[in-house]
Amino acid sequence: MKDVSFGQYYPVDSAIHRLDPRLKLLFLIAFIVVIFVANSFWGLLVCAGVLLLAVLLSHIPPWKVLRSVRGVIFLVLFTAVINVFFYAGETVYWSYGVITVSKEGIIFSVFLVLRLVLLVICSSLLTYTTTPVALTDGVESLLYPLKLIRFPVHELALIMSIALRMIPVLTEETGRIQNAQKARGADFESKNIVTRIKAFIPVLVPLLISALRRADELGEAMEARCYMGGKTRTKYKKLRFGWGDLVAFLIGAAMLAGVILLRVYVGGVL
Amino acid sequence: MENMNALEFENVSFAYEEGGFHIDKLNFSVAEGELVAVLGHNGSGKSTLARLSNGILTADSGTVRVFGEPLGQKNLYEIRRRVGVVFQNPDNQNVASVVEDDVAFGAENIGLAREEIGRRIDFALSAVGMGSFRNATVARLSGGQKQRIAIAGVLALRPDIMILDESTAMLDPRGRREIVDVVLRLNREEKMTVLMITHYPEEALLCDRAIVMNRGEIVMQGTPAEIFGRHEELLTYNLDLPRIGKLCKTLQEGGMSVRDTLDIQILADDIAKELTCGS
Repeated sequence: MKDVSFGQYYPVDSAIHRLDPRLKLLFLIAFIVVIFVANSFWGLLVCAGVLLLAVLLSHIPPWKVLRSVRGVIFLVLFTAVINVFFYAGETVYWSYGVITVSKEGIIFSVFLVLRLVLLVICSSLLTYTTTPVALTDGVESLLYPLKLIRFPVHELALIMSIALRMIPVLTEETGRIQNAQKARGADFESKNIVTRIKAFIPVLVPLLISALRRADELGEAMEARCYMGGKTRTKYKKLRFGWGDLVAFLIGAAMLAGVILLRVYVGGVL
Repeated sequence: MENMNALEFENVSFAYEEGGFHIDKLNFSVAEGELVAVLGHNGSGKSTLARLSNGILTADSGTVRVFGEPLGQKNLYEIRRRVGVVFQNPDNQNVASVVEDDVAFGAENIGLAREEIGRRIDFALSAVGMGSFRNATVARLSGGQKQRIAIAGVLALRPDIMILDESTAMLDPRGRREIVDVVLRLNREEKMTVLMITHYPEEALLCDRAIVMNRGEIVMQGTPAEIFGRHEELLTYNLDLPRIGKLCKTLQEGGMSVRDTLDIQILADDIAKELTCGS
């Protein structure tokens, strides 16, 4: 099977897998806040430590977790390089026109890389350890108050769950169409970027058409199974907040507090 | 007068658009516990028939009855629960990424209690022989397994009738075999009424009765033996004999005196007789 690991559930049993998805979602949000609050290497080290603990507890092979970083590494490095050149720092090492390389710029870029890598690892850990259904249940439960203002919470959650279900199907289909176009002489490996982008249009159009057809059929299959909206539906999987969740919550809270204390009392490099 | 047919079409007419493809005054019935094949080439209206049976499409005129009850807007969801439909494409029927969540979908829709949904998942998965796949990822299953999960998803609603709309068409021979086995067992052991829409003559051979459709009309009805006995007529509807029937014809053309049969034992006896006589 093709590697469609990003955003895919990794089915093993572990303490992290069993955590309440709502807690994991809130933890991810807290984690994102924390890594941007952290302004010293110590702060980031605390975050990385907590994340490492989570990865080890999750029974997911570390290489698998690292692979999720590979997909975004170019984006991260590109952003970092841009920042090195354009960050307006004080201690300037070298400058040419609008381009300046400063000490602050370099530190900022290194921080940026670390933060983004931690962010990607944390979010892929969430999707590795949480089934899409649990995840959407979590989102639905967390967004529940929005129902008061008539926000379609159930529909949104269902859309998310189906989108996640269709990722591997559409990935496979893209490969198939690409091969079909290759057989007709499409050039996906051309050095010329314009040629390469043009070669993708005959892939995207059939992909879109097929996605629409699939949507139609899926809709029928859902109706055939008595789907009538969210009103009368019950849930097979009830979310429960257990002891493990409490421990995880305390660890998360300690991390948040620790990083804030570090920022206030120790200070940062930025 | 009410009869106890599981499914009954009375003068059902339907057209997708004015002047286009249409079904005109369709009449047929399926008895409780019966296993019926609907044969027809592409565009014969056999899939439309499936969609009319559970109210995904609404007939322009005429009545569809499920256990004597006419299908209408009021009992639409009750009928949909009682008439389960499994579709063609194994990739376009699962809503969830994990097997048990997908099987639970229908049961959740009709508002069952948690414990009951759990029991129904157990029942449905073991009925299709996928009990050990409860926590598997749907995307990693084979086509035949995905289709069996789709059947389980319908079974979780505890339907009285199951309609398979070319559910084997996109599968490899092994997947096809798996589905046919499951269907035969459901019919024999659970006494499920099954309508099997297909274009494989081999599958029709396993059914109690076969209905042949062409251009929105029922053109032949009877036991598989009766249907396949009218070879010339079948050919005009772009349908062919099952492999064993074709073998009989080929042997006859080659000068062997074998009977037209769909029974492998009879054919084997005839061939053996010919061979011993000839030597």
